[in-house]
Amino acid sequence: MFKYIIRRIIQTIPVLIGVSILVFSMMHLVPGDPAQIMAGESAPKEQVENIRERLGLNDPLPVQYLSYIGDALQGDLGNSMRSGRDVTSEIGARFWVTVELAVYSTIVAVFIGLIAGVISATRKYSFADTSLMLIALFGLSMPNFWLGLMLIQWFAIGIDLPSWVPFISDTSWFKPSGWGSFQQVVLPVITLGTGSAAIIARMTRSSMLDVIGQDYIRTARAKGVKERIVVYQHALKNALIPVVTVVGLQFGGLLGGAVLTESVFAVNGMGKLIIDSIKARDFPVVQGTILVVALLFVIVNLIVDITYRYLNKRIDLD
Amino acid sequence: MTSAPNTYENILEIKDLQTSFFTKDLEVKAVDGVSFTIPKGKILGVVGESGSGKSITSLSILRLIEDPGKIVGGEIRFKGENLLDKTEAQMRKIRGNEISMIFQEPMTSLNPTFTVGQQISESYKIHQGLNKKQAKERSIEMLKLVGIPSPEKRVDQYPHELSGGMRQRVMIAMALACDPDLLIADEPTTALDVTIQAQILDLMKDLQERLGMGILLITHDLGVVAETCDYVAVMYAGKVVEFTDAKTLFKSPKHPYTVGLMKSIPPHDHDIEGDLSVIRGSVPSPAEMPKGCRFAPRCPFATDLCRENLPDLITDEEGNQIRCWIYSDEWNGDPEVDVHAETERTT
Repeated sequence: MFKYIIRRIIQTIPVLIGVSILVFSMMHLVPGDPAQIMAGESAPKEQVENIRERLGLNDPLPVQYLSYIGDALQGDLGNSMRSGRDVTSEIGARFWVTVELAVYSTIVAVFIGLIAGVISATRKYSFADTSLMLIALFGLSMPNFWLGLMLIQWFAIGIDLPSWVPFISDTSWFKPSGWGSFQQVVLPVITLGTGSAAIIARMTRSSMLDVIGQDYIRTARAKGVKERIVVYQHALKNALIPVVTVVGLQFGGLLGGAVLTESVFAVNGMGKLIIDSIKARDFPVVQGTILVVALLFVIVNLIVDITYRYLNKRIDLD
Repeated sequence: MTSAPNTYENILEIKDLQTSFFTKDLEVKAVDGVSFTIPKGKILGVVGESGSGKSITSLSILRLIEDPGKIVGGEIRFKGENLLDKTEAQMRKIRGNEISMIFQEPMTSLNPTFTVGQQISESYKIHQGLNKKQAKERSIEMLKLVGIPSPEKRVDQYPHELSGGMRQRVMIAMALACDPDLLIADEPTTALDVTIQAQILDLMKDLQERLGMGILLITHDLGVVAETCDYVAVMYAGKVVEFTDAKTLFKSPKHPYTVGLMKSIPPHDHDIEGDLSVIRGSVPSPAEMPKGCRFAPRCPFATDLCRENLPDLITDEEGNQIRCWIYSDEWNGDPEVDVHAETERTT
């Protein structure tokens, strides 16, 4: 197992090199001269040339790339063109916000998705099953920026209900923006987690249905095992194998989905940082943030693979 | 459980068992009025083609029929008590404890995410309240009993690390863990190759003699029946057509279907001249059962009586049972009919 983890870590290196090359070349593919943008539209030619020289933009591309990577390995991702602060600390301040958002959303999605999936599968074609899967279909189809806006409208700003409606005449329970307090966290987490919860629920349902039809479930029943234990131990452990893969991929998706959710809720995380930096053509920040997100994604995948090995004994990682 | 007064003679008595599967507008009778008994400590073989209702009968005994299937009638008396009157909780105490079951497919009947030891231990934990350590020790003993080498090592392995024969031994160990009074073995050797088949059958027979349990052995292999069983029930299309002791069955099979089955076994003591005998046609689908005797459309001796009326199960003075008009007083065909006569040999 240890050997496997080491090998997997080494395998991430080419992935990260690939990502860095892509991100690096993107900066040179987008129209517009970074030096000109930094200096401003009407800046004199010499000033633009100065900036270009200072940033090393006159060097051949491979040289520029190598020096970028060299710095990156030492934790130096350059300086933001907007604020002048170094990119590492720009990201550092926002890193945990996005990770928290994605982790909370994943936890909520897994929790709701698994329960809904198991209930659906064990009561196939019942009213509960049909309604849960219908809700899941809605959850899957709603774009999360729209869901975010609706949640803000309903639960943060409040709905105009007649005053005689008890209890819910004022529904501004949560805060529409920011991050940190419970009231601020709830809506973004629901917004981001809904789609994943729906996918996990559907995946769990089909996986459970498949497993419950297997011979070894009949064997467990023939042994006199209680139905609850048959479902939650014998069946669920097997049904989780494909679900874990989906959860891992979903987590990566959530990091990307955070871009929209963070914008809607004005959460100062990496997603919002990417959007703001793209708008301002702040290339070093865009590059750095994407690299960090890619690294995070790779780490999550590694965790998924290890969990997978724990669940599926037939896989020999070494 | 085993110390209870032995007031019953038969470990299992099935009377007129009916199990059906329900589709939207159709009731499919998979088991239709099956009756047989297993005396204490004896082996009953149930034979028949695929689709004759053998497996459904065995699952009905443990009440493990799943939707859309349902036991619609009859009695299953185990140690004198009707299992169909038991609650689900009472059934759970019987399953794996007093009646246990071995399935056809050892490759898929063990849970791939638990070790062999965990799976055997579970029975001890549920039915005997042993703790983890005691249960594991007993599991190792069981593995030793069923002839698995180095059981201390095997107990911590996962099913995929064992061969098919080994897995079936594990299944047997699991089934015998709580010393059941009745073992149901649903084609336990079908998925195994011939040498392993013989080993598993010998093992079952040996353990049966040592532990004194009754066995219900479901098979479509008459060779297996001849080797292991005391009694035989021949099933056809959801009904028992012949029930007798194994010796009698092989010496003088009575039902034309049984005769046909026997004739279709290639003889091993001389060469076959011409083609092997076959039973023409195939088992009727449970949705389109013939009105009269279910075997009539394939029976070389069938008359209008057979085609129109379903024969009853007739019991002769020795207790052998047969469901065929030929042996009844109403028989209106050739009075000298000989079911063993050479019938047509066709392909």
